[in-house]
Amino acid sequence: MRFIKSDINLNFLGKSKLAFYISATMILVSFVSLILHKGPKYGIDFAGGTLIQVKFLAPASINIIKSGLDTIDLGKSSVQQFGDKEDNEYLVRTDISVMTSQGLSGKVKNALEAVTGNEVEIRRIEMVGPQVGKDLREKALFAMFYALLFITIYISGRFEFKWILSGIMAAALMSSVYFLSLINVSIPILITAALILAIILFWFLNLKYAMGAIVALIHDIIITVGIFSIFDKEFTLPIIAALLTIIGYSLNDTIIVFDRIRENLKKYRKKPLDFVINRSLNETLSRTILTSLTTLTVVIALFVIGGGIVHDFAFAMIIGILIGTYSSIYVASPILLIWRRRGKKIQL
Amino acid sequence: MKNFSWRVILVFAVIIAAIVYILPTINQGWWPHKKINLGLDLQGGMHLVLEVDTDKSVESTIERMTYELRSLLKKKNIRYVGIDRIEDTKISLKIRGNNNILSFDKLLDNELEDLQVLSKSTDDEILTMILNLPEDETHHIKKLAAEQALETIRNRIDQFGVNEPDIRRQGEKRILIQLPGIKDTQRAKELIGKTALLEFKLLDETHDLNAALKGNIPAGSELLYQDNEDAATERATKSPYLVKKRTLLTGEYLTDARVQIDSQFNESYISINFDKKGARIFERITEENVKKRLAIVLDNKVYSAPVIQEKITGGEARITGNFTTEEARDLAIVLRAGALPAPVEIIEERTVGPSLGADSIKKGLISMCVGGMLVVLFMVVYYKVSGLIANIALILNIVLIAGGLAAFQATLTLPGIAGIILTIGMAVDANVLIFERIREEMNLGKTQRAAVNAGYSKATLTILDANVTTLIAALVLFQFGTGPIKGFAVTLSLGVLASLFTALILARLVFDYLLINRKIKSLSI
Repeated sequence: MRFIKSDINLNFLGKSKLAFYISATMILVSFVSLILHKGPKYGIDFAGGTLIQVKFLAPASINIIKSGLDTIDLGKSSVQQFGDKEDNEYLVRTDISVMTSQGLSGKVKNALEAVTGNEVEIRRIEMVGPQVGKDLREKALFAMFYALLFITIYISGRFEFKWILSGIMAAALMSSVYFLSLINVSIPILITAALILAIILFWFLNLKYAMGAIVALIHDIIITVGIFSIFDKEFTLPIIAALLTIIGYSLNDTIIVFDRIRENLKKYRKKPLDFVINRSLNETLSRTILTSLTTLTVVIALFVIGGGIVHDFAFAMIIGILIGTYSSIYVASPILLIWRRRGKKIQL
Repeated sequence: MKNFSWRVILVFAVIIAAIVYILPTINQGWWPHKKINLGLDLQGGMHLVLEVDTDKSVESTIERMTYELRSLLKKKNIRYVGIDRIEDTKISLKIRGNNNILSFDKLLDNELEDLQVLSKSTDDEILTMILNLPEDETHHIKKLAAEQALETIRNRIDQFGVNEPDIRRQGEKRILIQLPGIKDTQRAKELIGKTALLEFKLLDETHDLNAALKGNIPAGSELLYQDNEDAATERATKSPYLVKKRTLLTGEYLTDARVQIDSQFNESYISINFDKKGARIFERITEENVKKRLAIVLDNKVYSAPVIQEKITGGEARITGNFTTEEARDLAIVLRAGALPAPVEIIEERTVGPSLGADSIKKGLISMCVGGMLVVLFMVVYYKVSGLIANIALILNIVLIAGGLAAFQATLTLPGIAGIILTIGMAVDANVLIFERIREEMNLGKTQRAAVNAGYSKATLTILDANVTTLIAALVLFQFGTGPIKGFAVTLSLGVLASLFTALILARLVFDYLLINRKIKSLSI
């Protein structure tokens, strides 16, 4: 059985202009949504605060729960249904983060039991102090940054044998980011600046494959973050894990295409680069689609039956896999062509 | 053929090792290796991060040094105008008269070398000096406080009785505590967070308590409160005491604290014992202050303030109060384990109830089975016999991940299960790559055996490249992550390694066996 005929020959690069507009629109929409929502919506991991997951033995309405919470001083709080409806589970969230040591969960339990008249089980408490939230936020950004940087060193080394060049570049970037972070420069701005600088350096140092890969990855992350923002979903630690996995996964796809391009460049020495790239995309198309399908299958299974805690994680993965597959075909590979358009000699 | 048998041995060795490591998880009795660790999010429990207020330990050191300096100057007959702690960590000192200044300078050089002079000015025979501790000394005090806090908390938790607690330093002044399976989380938090500074102070009986309550607190005294509960109305009340600031004796000389039941009133109390030095101090205090009231103060709360009837020798005292048996037990634990050198604050808490953990395991396993089945089905339909080979590889893949988790004593968390599910999806990728390559080679007209050989040799590097990058992402994640996220990084890394092994070595072996040993001419792919 096969979905993709072996002699398939789609003109992917012919659509690269259209793809560019699609990507640009998606990125723009992501930024607009982020601006409208005043930045990403942080979960308590990053914003600090307290989250309490409660389970009622009998159905209870959100309004009643809210009125129960009003009887105790919870500061700014919100209530939200969690998981399947028949589970009668709710998340109570507040921005206070110091009270747990004084028995906040007990107070919540008592208040809710008093107002609903049925038994309440406290299933989960998560409290993160403001300082910890800030630390985690910065650590998450650093993790993304380092992952991207290490991966690009590996690509430059493996594909263009420029281990030393890319290594020195990455080391310089990392140490400057490290030292700047010591003198209280805002971390998000610092990392953004470092990534832009990295792309510029890749450009001038002619690290084509690394450039293609990193642009595709940043593209994937921005769009995934944007879609999260559009759906008003929260960023938590597991979502960061999902984003890093998406980086790994999307790169997986990209590398397989790149590998084929490198192989085909030797095979079709006389042919122009765009032909080679197109050929490679077609040859790997079957694999790209199959792997995306199997991975999507399991992630969708996780999304549907994995329960509330991994729900958003699986959601991020679904988006990431779709975007990552798209970007390895329509973003990473066309970037290799930019050098030709610049009129430079190609030494791929 | 020699190469072939070598690979057979390797494959079997790895599989058997993995299975052997999994055995204890299935049945604890089979061999003594540990089970696969379940994270707190799966088995339920509490994760806490405490921050030790190490600045406070520097402050109390300075406070103590201020006292010592005063008594030292008294002993040396140096008259001073004032010695006080200012700006939390500095000592300000004023001395009048040339003689006094001269002998103080000598003292400063000879006996007070650990203090650093910040500023010094002499004006009209008045010496004004500001002293503090040098940077490395304060650093040392802070480090010591954090270490001591860790030890004390470990002691308390050990005595409280928690199975396999994990307590460790995190950064400079944070302490990470993991208490699996703990039920009474509130009690545990109180036990851990209590400073438990026990102090014996005299009541200030020369001044008027009511005047002090109106804000007229005499110097050298302070207002402290006792928590009471009215037995009839169950209303909590506070009764004030005017207590002298000076601490006569602290809990540092304690050797033991035990819960006892008063047979007369059927109430719990705590009997404490001092070591020799403590007993001597206690004896002197009680001797000098007969008929006066001595307040027993714990964390700035008065527990009782009995009248000293006579000199007490032997170093035994009792702390009474309206304790429940549990409270008394916990109090005895914290007194035995000693006071924290500085207050601690809980800055992160994650508690998962046991029922939620069980639910998570169930849902995780179901989605793993459903996802896995779908993939297995798909592979067989799409690749027929070759798909079957990939499926064997897939199942062994999961066995290897489980074995790896057990062997490395890594922790399986809910995101970790998600990681395994994800690996199922991605593990077939390596096989898909190879199979697609083999199909391509066969389209070129090669025999099956030649196509398999070519397919593997061409796909191997690609597969390695693709997996190394995922591994890089997973390793960064491991470095950055806490608890559950680390678990995800672990299973993802194990998954990548396992899928490399199963696809490149194990599946290849099966192909070679069928095509070479069994001489099968064509395999459906």
